[in-house]
Amino acid sequence: MLQTELAGVKLANPTILASGIMGVSGASLSLIAKNGAGAVTSKSISLEPRKGHPNPVIVTYGQGMMNAVGLSNAGVKDSIPELEYAVKNAGVPVIASAVEFKAENFGALTKEISKANPALIELNISCPNVSHEFGKPFSHDPAAAEWVTRSAKRNTKIPIFVKLSPNTPDLLEVAHAVKSAGADGITAINTVGPGMQIDIFARRPVLSNKCGGVSGPAIKPVAVKCIYDIYKETKLPIIGTGGVTTGADAVEFIMAGASAVAMGTGIYYRGLDIFAKVCKEMQEFMEKEGFSSIKEMRGVAHEG
Amino acid sequence: MKDSPMVTMKAARAVQENPSVKTLYFDYGLGARPGQFVMLWLPGVGERPMSISYCTRERFGVSVADVGGFSSAVMKVKEGDAVGFRGPFGTSFKLGKEKAIALVSGGCGCAPLAFLADEALAKGKKAFYLQGARSKGMLFFTERMRKAGAEVLVSTDDGSAGKKGFVTELLREVLQKNKVDKICTCGPEIMMKKVVDISNEFKLPCDISMERYMKCGIGICGQCCVDPLGIRMCTEGPVIKKETAKKITEFGKYRRDASGRRVPI
Ligand SMILES: Cc1cc2nc3c(=O)[nH]c(=O)nc-3n(C[C@H](O)[C@H](O)[C@H](O)COP(=O)(O)O)c2cc1C
Ligand code: FES
Repeated sequence: MLQTELAGVKLANPTILASGIMGVSGASLSLIAKNGAGAVTSKSISLEPRKGHPNPVIVTYGQGMMNAVGLSNAGVKDSIPELEYAVKNAGVPVIASAVEFKAENFGALTKEISKANPALIELNISCPNVSHEFGKPFSHDPAAAEWVTRSAKRNTKIPIFVKLSPNTPDLLEVAHAVKSAGADGITAINTVGPGMQIDIFARRPVLSNKCGGVSGPAIKPVAVKCIYDIYKETKLPIIGTGGVTTGADAVEFIMAGASAVAMGTGIYYRGLDIFAKVCKEMQEFMEKEGFSSIKEMRGVAHEG
Repeated sequence: MKDSPMVTMKAARAVQENPSVKTLYFDYGLGARPGQFVMLWLPGVGERPMSISYCTRERFGVSVADVGGFSSAVMKVKEGDAVGFRGPFGTSFKLGKEKAIALVSGGCGCAPLAFLADEALAKGKKAFYLQGARSKGMLFFTERMRKAGAEVLVSTDDGSAGKKGFVTELLREVLQKNKVDKICTCGPEIMMKKVVDISNEFKLPCDISMERYMKCGIGICGQCCVDPLGIRMCTEGPVIKKETAKKITEFGKYRRDASGRRVPI
């Protein structure tokens, strides 16, 4: 009942671990698979290692979380064995997230990452919390997004998903651009903002980076709207992401047009087994409401 | 909704324990259990995990050893300075029906074990507090533990205080002469490995405190996950049973740095 498909890749259920949460090692990715995820996404990998921003890099607040981890990762060379471990041991499709800061590097990076043979490659062109380091994200510029997608596509046979940012008025133009460049699917959304929290006793922002991307329940309505619009415009497979913590949230994403639902911050609220919990809740809903497949439920919010 | 906010307040006391260790106390009911930690924030400097070395209903403390960087900045903190913390996080040492426990530390590992000793003594247990340090000047909490009623035994690398040699030798002596029901240890992994070996010899349960590079402290970033289990030392740790430690192949061998690359221990 819960099976779904992303560009030919079959998932036993539509819950996916979002990039940047628990995805540092092959072992942690495998642990998430054991907790019921239908697929797992690695932390974004760049050509060179990155330490990321200094602590504090994460702060929670009433309805969510802000993070400025700063795309720390071991670099592609040291990440390949971790990905290979996950591909071999996780028992579910592994999605490798790729990030680069110069458009011309995406080709080489995609080629390297493909050596680990992940099921999908997700291009993270939308991280909001390193923009002062690198200028505006590619996801804010249709031409740049198209160029990056094309060069990734040219360097691999593995299906490419492109992860988009909600923080641009040109979201749909960007979605069109990556589709015309051959993207096999879209992941939406990355974090919102960035936002800021000021500690009134310390009289300064908490995050060392001052600001960070907002995730968690607070951003869910933004995600639903983005998924709805991208589905309507492109009909590409979509990994819906942003603030999902329950089966009802996941169903909402599917009805908006997602084929699968990634969760990150939700782990903080419901534990590592949020994947199994959300699956159970989705199934209960579907049985009650008479849906027999994810496919049947996908995009129904657009009818009528 | 669940939240782990940054709490920022004035340090109520700042005590220099020895030339290189400082304890900061906060008038705050943290409600922590021994072995848990807070993410300690020095505004404008940084944030690091620190195990809780003292905790009552209305006050708690963390003890920081000067090893450069962030910890050197802690040495400059005075009473009344604004300091932040998030927590308490992580697992704790578990006490049950034991009549006597042995607490084995190396270096700054004595900090959480002092808190644990307080709790064990309050429950009427006998506590052997075995503390290893490089030299006399690096010891701290020895007096506090004596006053609290623990049996304190000290070893130093250079023999400037207590027995010259390893704290693990003290442990063996204690176990030979006394009936002990459980061992808890915190310190360098090489030392803890040895403690686990000795606990196996004497067929005793043993909890260890295993620290890894932490960013979030709340089980999200994955930076503190260990091979091959993938479990998070900020959440499923830092205190784990020796049976779990046995399954962690990187224990005593390597850890991950801020980027996630493996570095040997
Ligand atoms: C701590 C943290 C780190 C993240 N790191 C990445 C990353 O490396 N690459 C990426 O594409 N997205 C990253 N994200 C964004 C998430 O993948 C996801 O798009 C976003 O958090 C919204 O989903 P959520 O509300 O379920 O967390 C990160 C999010 C968080 C909270
Ligand atoms: S420090 Fe982030 S998961 Fe443990």
